[in-house]
Amino acid sequence: MTMARDITLRKAAGPPPDDSAPGTAGTPGAAAGGGAAAVGLEDVAVRFRTKKRDVTALHEVSLDVAPGEFVAIVGPSGCGKSTLLKLVAGLLRASAGAVRLHGDRVGGPRHDIGYVFQRAALLEWRTARRNILLQAEMRRMPGERARARADELIAMTGLSGFEDAYPHELSGGMQQRVALCRALLHEPPVLLMDEPFGALDALTREQMNMELNRIWRETRTTVLLVTHSISEAVYLADRVVVMSPRPGTITEIIDVGLPPERDYTETLGRPEFREAAGHIRGLLGAASAQD
Amino acid sequence: MSQSVVPTPTPSPAATPEPAEDVAGVAERGRPGAGERFGRAVEAGWRPVVLLGACFAVWWIIAAAELVEPYLVPSPGDTLDVLTGKAGYLWQHTWVTTYETLLGFAIAVAVGVFAAVVMVYSSTVEKTLYPILLFAQVVPKIAVAPLFVVWLGFGITPKILIAVLIAFFPVVISMVTGLKAVDPEMLQLSATMGAKPWQTFAKIRFPASLPHLFSGLKVAVTLAVTGAVVGEFVGANEGLGYVILQANGNLDTPMLFAGLLVMSLIGVVLFVLVEIAEKLLLPWHASRRDSQVTTAY
Repeated sequence: MTMARDITLRKAAGPPPDDSAPGTAGTPGAAAGGGAAAVGLEDVAVRFRTKKRDVTALHEVSLDVAPGEFVAIVGPSGCGKSTLLKLVAGLLRASAGAVRLHGDRVGGPRHDIGYVFQRAALLEWRTARRNILLQAEMRRMPGERARARADELIAMTGLSGFEDAYPHELSGGMQQRVALCRALLHEPPVLLMDEPFGALDALTREQMNMELNRIWRETRTTVLLVTHSISEAVYLADRVVVMSPRPGTITEIIDVGLPPERDYTETLGRPEFREAAGHIRGLLGAASAQD
Repeated sequence: MSQSVVPTPTPSPAATPEPAEDVAGVAERGRPGAGERFGRAVEAGWRPVVLLGACFAVWWIIAAAELVEPYLVPSPGDTLDVLTGKAGYLWQHTWVTTYETLLGFAIAVAVGVFAAVVMVYSSTVEKTLYPILLFAQVVPKIAVAPLFVVWLGFGITPKILIAVLIAFFPVVISMVTGLKAVDPEMLQLSATMGAKPWQTFAKIRFPASLPHLFSGLKVAVTLAVTGAVVGEFVGANEGLGYVILQANGNLDTPMLFAGLLVMSLIGVVLFVLVEIAEKLLLPWHASRRDSQVTTAY
């Protein structure tokens, strides 16, 4: 644990990397407290033109995420959850509305984020450590610092002993840990995760959830997590955004109202958890019943 | 009622255990010892060796029993006599053919890889080049060969050119496929890392395309031998193609067979060299391909 604590906590808010002010992480649904929201979506729409017709993937989506906040996005397939993350990352352009990261308009791929996909997307010819260091090489981070940071993350995510293993020698859960380390190497103020544990078995998934909760508390990163799992969303997030498909809109935003530090079994038994999960299940059920 | 006892299925100890727990979740690493490796090589190698031996035995029987006239099918002994007795002569011409093949192959790889990279990065170039490439491929090289001799004379240049032409296509196709097969999420990730295009190419795209390239190289290297020999057939005074034509003219079938054997041997050796290069350069790919799971299912 002490090893993990050594990691420089980066204040999530504000463009200048200034470590003097305390982090504002963990306050559920908090207003951005004067500073700009870490992520801001304002009446965002995304329309795709296919040969046959125009498809509206997102319609009038507005969402503010406070620095250090953990927001989960749930919804049925095709509701534009992944599209939303790609917008924030600048990998996709909004057809209307504004996407902001720390107050600046997103107008191209952003470098101040970490991205984790459902598939680990590791380079097969690199060991776990060198996959993590890819982030540093692309950014031309000083080697010494990058290696030290990689070692910290390897220890924090429980990858110690597997640093020199190649991806095909690692299980799905371990591969996803490598992907997470790679996404966190440059200490991004915002972490975007697109169903990161969707391909894992239930036990591994629970374990990864617990670790993500701990990593989030330790790094104070703002997290946007897209997931299909209601319990994962409620267990991890300060707020859960429920979306409905065609066109993708936000149905409701639920404040989970649990403390940031969450024991897995204990949290799942709490009334707040059950209430939020039940409510979300109801919303999603209603959405799919309309189909 | 039958007396047969149905054996209850017991979990066989040979079955690999499911990676149940994630924490310890590293698949067994394939690092066999020297003895085990030798055992595996024998295991993998004995079948083709036996088959080849059987072919030679059939050849020997046919020749020894004089089922076919000796001037049509020489005995293995006569062929071996030529191989040893005229080793100097054969070696000299083998070297010429090998030289033409290697040079042609090298040029084909350099030009092919370059063309593939340009085509992948510019769809305009791709659309412009592709029809010409296809045309160059479908034109029978054997038919073009005389033209090259007319243009370039009897030296080794037309042979190299034909080897290039014939080996070029599999290189381009495999490299284009490889460069396009890169994981789109990897490229998106690269964009969020602020990578420059050449960084993405050098660190992601190019290495990811190498397995595809190598399967093209294996085809190309054997074709390059054919190309060089075709060039020699059309007009040459050295090389194995020339040796075979001479032997044919003199009805010297032992020499003809010797030439054929050496020619095939060049192809096999070059193919194996490419495979060794692949294993050395892409150990990650080879180990995945050779894994029990990926080959059995």
